[in-house]
Amino acid sequence: MAVRTGLAKSTSEPRSSARMSLAAGKEAIAALLFLLPNIVGFVIFTVGPVLGSAGISLLQWNIVTPPVWQGLSNYIRLITDMEFWNSLRATLYYTVATVPLGIVLSFALALALNTNIKGVSLYRTIYFIPVVTSMVAVSLMWRWIYNPTSGILNYMLDRLFTALGLNIRPPDWLQSATWAMPAIALMSVWKGLGYNMVIYLAALQGIPRHLYEAAEIDGASDWHRLIHITIPLVSPTTFFVLIMAIIGSFQVFDQAYVMTQGGPARATVTTVYYIYENGFRWYKMGYASSIAWVLFALVMVASLIQWRYQERWVFYE
Amino acid sequence: MSSSTAVQRAHTVHVIKKTSKLTLAHLLLLIGSLAMIIPFLWMLSTALKTDRQAYIFPPEWIPDPFVWGNFSEVWEALPFGRFFINSTLVAVLVTLGQLVTCSLGAFAFARLNFPGRDRLFLLYLGTMMIPFQVTMIPVFILMRWLKWLDTYQGLIVPCIFSAYGTFLLRQFFRTIPRDLEDAAKIDGCSYLRIFWNVALPLSKPALATLGIFVFMWSWNNFMWPLLITNRLEMKTLPLGLSYFLGQYTIYWNLLMAGTTLTVVPVLVVFFFAQRYFIEGITLTGLKG
Repeated sequence: MAVRTGLAKSTSEPRSSARMSLAAGKEAIAALLFLLPNIVGFVIFTVGPVLGSAGISLLQWNIVTPPVWQGLSNYIRLITDMEFWNSLRATLYYTVATVPLGIVLSFALALALNTNIKGVSLYRTIYFIPVVTSMVAVSLMWRWIYNPTSGILNYMLDRLFTALGLNIRPPDWLQSATWAMPAIALMSVWKGLGYNMVIYLAALQGIPRHLYEAAEIDGASDWHRLIHITIPLVSPTTFFVLIMAIIGSFQVFDQAYVMTQGGPARATVTTVYYIYENGFRWYKMGYASSIAWVLFALVMVASLIQWRYQERWVFYE
Repeated sequence: MSSSTAVQRAHTVHVIKKTSKLTLAHLLLLIGSLAMIIPFLWMLSTALKTDRQAYIFPPEWIPDPFVWGNFSEVWEALPFGRFFINSTLVAVLVTLGQLVTCSLGAFAFARLNFPGRDRLFLLYLGTMMIPFQVTMIPVFILMRWLKWLDTYQGLIVPCIFSAYGTFLLRQFFRTIPRDLEDAAKIDGCSYLRIFWNVALPLSKPALATLGIFVFMWSWNNFMWPLLITNRLEMKTLPLGLSYFLGQYTIYWNLLMAGTTLTVVPVLVVFFFAQRYFIEGITLTGLKG
């Protein structure tokens, strides 16, 4: 039976003999069997839930009592929900604070590593330690570092400011609505540096040496070589790193949960944190799903914009 | 002035420039390295202090006395051993599960012809951009309906499928020369044997990469276990740690001892397997 379905489908393709189509049928069945576990999971845990989530976003549902049809009113409510806009602002702030700084610093470190320096693997190991540590552990460490009275950071800053003769008091970091987000962003940049540095280092090592030699003969300065050879040639890597970093930063959650619980004064309620609150603290499954869809749309738009404009600055050999 | 001294001078300038560049590079890397390590040292130092010394101002780096008992106190205060077992069990099974489902599926996409293959693959690719937050609510509801909340199945099963892993392995399988496969076919090997005897052995680096990534992701995963576990015995390490924070908010010496306990095993694994970590990242970074 199954063999026949395979045969029937393969007749639409050109074939030289019945024997070949029998082989093609066998191949299609084999493919189905290979794919089966994967597809079952894909349907149950991806395709189904995506459709389900779209449906749930049209409901008012606390998962205990029966759902009530809402149409698009969850989405309409979002427009006037200041908390939602606040969460978008916090997420955008985080993205702008982490992505460019993270890329520039990791690129600079990769450049420094790519100078035939001694101890490359030792440095690589050191920069990788925060990468392999869990975000929760790192968040706890930094909560203590950022402690305004007993934390090591403010102690060092205090000493530094005094040494420079400045009369500035270091900020209260996580306990200040102004400084909590920068503090979270700084820690996140710190945690992610090694990852992008390793990617950049591989890209730098892939640049052919003769290009630099030719430039040197032409008398190009280091700065010129950096601007006209290195940066254009690693631009595909920058493009990849940028897209992944933006997608990741749109989904920031763990840090906000562990370090500030969205506070103080809800300054660190990111969009995903707000989805979590709606869905799993207040059991508003419909509303939470509608925010998740807006987030999805934003991720798509951000990625499409980068995709469209890549030819302006991404240089493929 | 003879030309040889001019050449010599140019050479000297070149050497000076090169050394100064190297010094600058070392300086940058050293400052960065300190920034990477100091937070961990501060964690370790606090973990060994008395609670009084932890709050002392100005802060002291060397614990006096060394309170090794903090670790056992933490170990007894919360079931860290249980968190540890949970994290390990979940991460190992999720990793094995993904390796199985992704490699089987990827083999079909890379090596077999079947109607609709490319369209299906595009659909897989398309879903890679969907944030986890879109699917988490329906999957949570499904788990609740199955009565899988607070169970290992609930922690593991939804995580053993991955479009990304399928994509990664498919790209790798495509690079295996067809000749090897044809030779195997003439021998009368079944597809399963080609998969097992040809494709998998040749893909060890890709499998290792995927395995390490999935393991690390699962080990550090926070949001999914947060949603579906409630009982303390079912929590994984990151959740246990976050719960601990809620209980011991002001005991930073104990909090740091707990953090140290969760950080050290990962670092030990990393030091031994770092080659694979770094090669893996390079591989995915370039292929992506």
